Amino acid sequence: MKPSVIPGFGLTFGYTILYLSLLVLIPIAGLFLKAATTPWPQIVRIATAPRTINALEISFGSSLIAALVNVLFGVIVAWVLVRYKFPGRRILDAIVDLPFALPTAVAGIALSTLYAPKGWIGSLFSDKGPLWQWWHAQTWLPFGLEQFSLNFKIAYTPTGIVIALIFVGLPFIVRTVQPVLEEFEQELEEAAATLGANRWQTIAKVILPRLTPALLTGFALAFARAVGEYGSVIFIAGNLPNISEIAPVLIVIKLEEFDQAGAAVIAGIMLIISFAMLLVVNLIQAWARRRFGNV
Amino acid sequence: MKKTARILALGGLVAALALTGAVTARAQDQTLLNVSYDPTRELYEQFNEAFAKHWKDTTGGNVTIEQSHGGSGKQAQAVIDGLGADVVTLALEGDINAIVTKSGLIDENWRAEFPNNSTPYTSTIVFLVRKGNPKAIADWGDLVKDGVEVITPNPKTSGGARWNYLAAWAYANKASGGDEAKDVDFIKQLYKHVPVLDTGARGSTVTFAQKELGDVLLAWENEAYLVLDEFGAENFDIVYPPSSIRAEPPVAIVDKNVEAHGTQALAKAYLEYLYSPEGQTIAARNHYRPSDPSVVTDPALVAAFPKIDLISIDDPLFGGWKTAQPKHFGDGGIFDQVYTPAQ
Amino acid sequence: MYDEEVIYDSRRLVPPEEHTRPTTERPWVRRTLIGIAVVFMGLVLVLPLLLVFVEAFRKGAETYFAAFSDRNSQSAITLTLLVAAIAVPLNLVFGVAAAWCVAKYEFWGKSFLITLIDLPFSVSPVVSGMVYVLLFGAQSALGPILKANHIEIIFAVPGIVLATIFVTFPFIARELIPLMEDQGSVDEEAALSLGATGWQTFTRVTLPNIKWGLLYGVLLCNARAMGEFGAVSVVSGHIRGKTTTMPLDIEILYNEYNFTAAFAIASLLAMLALVTLVFKTILEFRFGDELAGTRRH
Repeated sequence: MKPSVIPGFGLTFGYTILYLSLLVLIPIAGLFLKAATTPWPQIVRIATAPRTINALEISFGSSLIAALVNVLFGVIVAWVLVRYKFPGRRILDAIVDLPFALPTAVAGIALSTLYAPKGWIGSLFSDKGPLWQWWHAQTWLPFGLEQFSLNFKIAYTPTGIVIALIFVGLPFIVRTVQPVLEEFEQELEEAAATLGANRWQTIAKVILPRLTPALLTGFALAFARAVGEYGSVIFIAGNLPNISEIAPVLIVIKLEEFDQAGAAVIAGIMLIISFAMLLVVNLIQAWARRRFGNV
Repeated sequence: MKKTARILALGGLVAALALTGAVTARAQDQTLLNVSYDPTRELYEQFNEAFAKHWKDTTGGNVTIEQSHGGSGKQAQAVIDGLGADVVTLALEGDINAIVTKSGLIDENWRAEFPNNSTPYTSTIVFLVRKGNPKAIADWGDLVKDGVEVITPNPKTSGGARWNYLAAWAYANKASGGDEAKDVDFIKQLYKHVPVLDTGARGSTVTFAQKELGDVLLAWENEAYLVLDEFGAENFDIVYPPSSIRAEPPVAIVDKNVEAHGTQALAKAYLEYLYSPEGQTIAARNHYRPSDPSVVTDPALVAAFPKIDLISIDDPLFGGWKTAQPKHFGDGGIFDQVYTPAQ
Repeated sequence: MYDEEVIYDSRRLVPPEEHTRPTTERPWVRRTLIGIAVVFMGLVLVLPLLLVFVEAFRKGAETYFAAFSDRNSQSAITLTLLVAAIAVPLNLVFGVAAAWCVAKYEFWGKSFLITLIDLPFSVSPVVSGMVYVLLFGAQSALGPILKANHIEIIFAVPGIVLATIFVTFPFIARELIPLMEDQGSVDEEAALSLGATGWQTFTRVTLPNIKWGLLYGVLLCNARAMGEFGAVSVVSGHIRGKTTTMPLDIEILYNEYNFTAAFAIASLLAMLALVTLVFKTILEFRFGDELAGTRRH
């Protein structure tokens, strides 16, 4: 390390490592030891079983979609919160953190109640619901568009999983993008405008590139958090194997089948992927810090 | 800021005490932990009260009975991992066998310890349908009709769901005349009609009764009656199929734990009381079929159970839990094939 | 306050004629974007919150308050408070130490260390609980030793505390690291050169500098600690009135078809979340500049 006049490196570093080891590293090492009690061929068999692969695909796939949706809407929300003034802005700003604080099980119960076929929102899209009736009454539409079915099931489908994960991940995007937007020098936008760029060009070529590192960080955090999410998803997912069964549910199923080693194998796979992703994020952040000063 | 430091130090101390000092306290009055499965909450709430009174009357001692409920398999795993249950009252013999083989906490011959293979009450699987039975569901074969949505939990995580599955299998086997390929096909068909696989029986009931999903719920008989009580008898009908399965939720003393807790006599008396006239009556009142109907104090309760054709798990078709469990629900078993995507 | 200067007031700053400043968007674009943001947040965040309260009060205020007089629910609330009271201070001390060591020094492997601190964040709560079962469970190497000494960890309060600490592990450290990195070490160096000891420097210079960020971190950590479900569910054993926390009590009530009571307890946690957020907003309102740098999670 570089020499520093500030005292306490030994103490704080030592304590950090000690606490980290006792509470996180040793338990996680225990998990890998448990996974390692399984012979290799069986680890490979568990890891490559279609059900495992499907569950991992569903977990990572819906997390990816949710994170992408959150990137789009998160940027809009952050933009609106930072740039515009309108009634209720402060309330909206405060509510962004709600998913951090609301217990995931409560979120899951609430979301599944809302988006179930008989729920406030789910009923809008259900068969013969108000939206459906309104749509099918629009006989003036060309090409028989009104025949197009508006019958969507949201809860108990993969869409439900995505909704829950959007809920869980939104604050990550908003809260990483917001400070960057707040500190953004408006002179740059003015300069772009003076040089003849229209507004969209300024946004696309001046503002968005500066947001990219923060967006990447937010995206990766939202994604990583979503991959592990359990409490809210089980209530809304439907949990059908190969269709709407996420990897954490598969871990729970393995545990309930008295197969701790199998559970440990899947948990280990998820842990390694999450760790790799977070490491990449933190390296990007360290790099961006050097490249742009503060992000 | 010295104050802050002191508060921090105090917090640390409290935490350290809590972490290291959580030595099991031996209360003067005895406590008993009953680890059970999901649908027995109401049954044991009433039974515990009756037993505590009985214990006080006969021995003069106070007993506090603690309850833990959850999916049967999850509960068994918790006991294996050290949850200090004095008695287990689970949904499946297989779950208690898992405790026997994985931890040795329960004596191997536990089934002989109490009457009727240590099963104080039985139940069966019935259909719960929407009022007026709009999809006209009368038998297992009707479940795979077009447009019928069936709600049942995941047999991998729910004891009740395994009984559901086995009852359907028994029907299929009878219908096909013993052609196993056709039976597997029926099971595959059946689970194609299942839109949501909850992890426990209670989850499925909520999905069906509260979220109003599906046309028919495969449920424990007692659970179906509970839905009528809780959600209104005007919304649902119970349909008894011509044939179903005799679900036998067993009970056992966790021998090593009661030894450590000194609760042998209490645990034995507790489970024996399930077989007493009071215990059997409470079971019947909660719509569990008593194993000894003759002792139930109110014969009307017994008469209320419709007589249907019930197959036992010990029937040659299944060959007992030790055979049926790996064949149907084990890793790569028939249930796993249901959800194996076609190659 | 500061947003008066920074934010463009659509009513005040935009000239009346159909002319839009080059650094903002046309009114219809603005309105559309605000509309999208409000609808999106309404669907995803506000409605679920609303639903919790609607369901909790469905059978009237009397039933609502009756839910809190249940003995088991009361013990769940007590346990939740106890667990948070242990877990949060421990993570607070750790968070300060970790932030100090990460922010004040340059050393090899720093990104790696930060990633390790972040790790519990992305670990599935189920796994967070499972690792302690594997470590302290009856089937583990430690299991027989613990049992011989009558020490209960999992399926008892210590296990719930451990799982909660694991899940809320990064919150305070993550809040403080960017803040302390932004502030640099100039103030501390000045204090040290004037003869202050390390501890004096920390309590009189650093702590006042980071107090609001610290408080915000504590608030979020506390909210998450009280609301954790998955991890606690694995290590709790679900002994009613003894090892059930509020989120587990909610699940039990829900499974007993006692929806009103379940949502009543849930509304308590939602209220906690709201109070946390209101408190945080007040902090930001009053100490906006200090907190501006802390909004990265």
